[in-house]
Amino acid sequence: MSELHHYDVAIAGGGLVGASAALALARAGLRVVLFERRYCGAQASGVNYGGVRCQGRPAEQLPLAMRAREVWRRLPESIGIDGEFVVSGHLRLARSEADLAGLAEYAHMAAEHGLHLELIAGRAFRTRYPWLGSAAIGGSLCETDGHANPRLVSPAFAQAARRAGADVLELTPLDDVTYDGARFQLSANGRRFSADWLINAAGAWANTIAQRFGDAVPMQPIYPNMWVTEPLPQFITHNLGVYGGGIYARQVARGNCIIGGGRGYGDGQYAQPSSDTTRTVMRDACALLPMLREALLIRSWSGVEGCTPDHNPIIGASHRVPRLLHAFGFSGGGFLLAPGVGEVLAELVVSGATATPLAAFDVDRFVPAAASLPSITSS
Amino acid sequence: MTDAARIVIVGAGPAGVRAAETLVAAGLRPLVLDEQSRCGGQIYRQPAAGAGFERSKRTLYGFEAAKAHALHSTMEALLPHIGYQADTLVWDCEARNGQGGRLVALHDAREQNVPFSHLILATGATDRVLPIPGWTLPGVYTLGGAQTALKTQGCAIGSQIVFAGTGPLLYLVAYQYAKAGARVAAVLDTSPLAAQARALPKLARQPATLAKGVYYVGWLQAHGVRIERNVTLERVHGERSVTSLAWRRADAGNGDEAIVETIRCDALALGFGLRPETQLADIAGCRFRFDDTTQCWLPERDAAGRSSIAGIYLAGDGAGIAGADAAELAGRRAALAVLEDLQCEATPDAHHEETASLERAMKRIAVFRSGLEAAFPPPFGRAASWPDDTIVCRCEQIDAGTLRRCVRAGEAKEINRLKALTRVGMGRCQGRMCGEAALALIADETDCSMQTVGRLRAQAPVKPIPLAAALGDDALAAIPEHARDE
Repeated sequence: MSELHHYDVAIAGGGLVGASAALALARAGLRVVLFERRYCGAQASGVNYGGVRCQGRPAEQLPLAMRAREVWRRLPESIGIDGEFVVSGHLRLARSEADLAGLAEYAHMAAEHGLHLELIAGRAFRTRYPWLGSAAIGGSLCETDGHANPRLVSPAFAQAARRAGADVLELTPLDDVTYDGARFQLSANGRRFSADWLINAAGAWANTIAQRFGDAVPMQPIYPNMWVTEPLPQFITHNLGVYGGGIYARQVARGNCIIGGGRGYGDGQYAQPSSDTTRTVMRDACALLPMLREALLIRSWSGVEGCTPDHNPIIGASHRVPRLLHAFGFSGGGFLLAPGVGEVLAELVVSGATATPLAAFDVDRFVPAAASLPSITSS
Repeated sequence: MTDAARIVIVGAGPAGVRAAETLVAAGLRPLVLDEQSRCGGQIYRQPAAGAGFERSKRTLYGFEAAKAHALHSTMEALLPHIGYQADTLVWDCEARNGQGGRLVALHDAREQNVPFSHLILATGATDRVLPIPGWTLPGVYTLGGAQTALKTQGCAIGSQIVFAGTGPLLYLVAYQYAKAGARVAAVLDTSPLAAQARALPKLARQPATLAKGVYYVGWLQAHGVRIERNVTLERVHGERSVTSLAWRRADAGNGDEAIVETIRCDALALGFGLRPETQLADIAGCRFRFDDTTQCWLPERDAAGRSSIAGIYLAGDGAGIAGADAAELAGRRAALAVLEDLQCEATPDAHHEETASLERAMKRIAVFRSGLEAAFPPPFGRAASWPDDTIVCRCEQIDAGTLRRCVRAGEAKEINRLKALTRVGMGRCQGRMCGEAALALIADETDCSMQTVGRLRAQAPVKPIPLAAALGDDALAAIPEHARDE
């Protein structure tokens, strides 16, 4: 029988959520172990588009988003690198008068949460953005939004957690996890672990853990489709989105334009970009950004992401098992949120509560009201 | 059953042409897609149509003129019986095991979808590139690039040229340049003569090929061309372009400046053997294995050329470097495998004798090839000596020091991880030029084998594609509502 290692908190998943939770918990002085079956930040956390954006999020996400944005502001102090985070502003484009009206309505709502947006249209818009195609007639600018490099940011959170004292175990898939009525019992790579708390941050694969505790949610894998151009002279000044969705674009300091939209395909484990989607977005991107007509596309990619029916994540405590926290299902919008979610999870562990409203992210919200289940007190 | 077959061959080099020939002989009409303007692949590459110069096949291909001629004429005769589209870059492949798939190609500045039931990948090879300080200066070419300039455009890369690196191509290209009237300043081979001597028994299995190699060396020596073996390439010098190459004998002590010799030149052809172009097989999802002999990752295949995906076949140097003669055999064999698989059990033994003899011949060549690999080992072990300021990834300007610091910090000991953290292999070439160097560098830093540090995964497109190519495509659907993220 191998030696049993005991921790205050065990975390399943080394994505940005798991790693930032590990960092916050280790800094709070807790003993933390994190299990990652591959490499930290190598899945959706590391291959996503890289938008750091509050604008466009639904009202229920804004308090969490605004809190997460504060973590981004302190990124170098927190993880030791700037992660190529640029406060470029996020410009959400309108293609019709109806879109403009929608943007105005959204701006009104966002202001109530302290998020200030500037609406630009007509001649002012054209003068300010001569590099945008005529398909865009106006937009809403959120100056405090930006973009960053997920390939750097996500692994850096795991490295920072390690430096803060967390045991971050890569290439270590969880073979078994149970609750014995007092503690969580885990085994991985032939070693046994126990923990008082368990955080399920296993991303698109989180249901495999959730269902062991009766907490499975309806979640589907999605495969966002993205591609990048060769380096071009700087011309895209903001992180760009479109009202109603469909395409998003940013340009990094090196000059490459990163553009996403639509879906690739996959088998739940691995994702591949779709050339049909890529070509559709190539065409749409040329209409939106005519400068791209002269550019070369050098790489396309996708990743596996968990998507819930209402596109909101699952964040918070299980109603069946004590000291089990879930944080997954970010539905393509988790990059900005994740560092804030890590702090929220740490608060839940340390003080049992958080000031950030999580009701909309309850794990049981998809369970029909009649089917309430008794809590499990022992396995 | 064969009525529904839609057989596509990618590549019109020795493997692709022989595969097409075999299929046509069986009454089928394959579609051949080739990136080049004219057939022949790299080895039997033809001058561009209307190139403005005339060189005989004898001049262009030397001892291989007859083979080149045979391949070009075969293709000529096949044209009425096949679909053939030149100037076509196949940049993506979506395959379903046993159910065919679809290629995505760029032709005439337009995008194309090419469905297939069976696919023969005969995608060929490129130079294996390893860095030395200064290798990104203008005037430094790959060996294959230098040869292509001569074959296709009838021009030399410089007026005083050093050929450096290793592999049989080193002597061949130097010979071709000298014959064409260029001034060859020196041939510097990083492999020791002893390795070539040790490999002789295996090389002697193909006496004619061995004799040609010996001839090139003898000819160069007889014409006063300096040949040095067992050298270490130190640095390419030059401000705006190459002006000289510094080297020393590998068995001399490190860091002893006195023994470093400098050769003046205005061009340098640099190559360390060939590497297979496996990206399409990779993107299609074929399984790969690490090949110890050639120290690289190759798509798995059986003796006939079947990949791990039913309906996808691999032939020629694109599946593993074996040379043009083996490629012709492998092309035939893969085409016969398509016929076997198409006919299921109807006539299983129809080609039995031919397949057996092809496989025997391919095996003989494989022994010879293992001798070549031993005679001309690429100096992967030199990675430790690359100074920190040596550019490894030229597209993204990533130097050896950046990669080492990332590995030493414990952040990456696997190649895709190193790519994610440092951008190595993320540029226009997508690691086709720098991937192996990066692999060698991590292997050296971590004291692991190149196999252990992993495989740089290919991602579409195989080569850069212009965005404008999608503009004329009316068949593109809009992004569906459910997939509209912001």
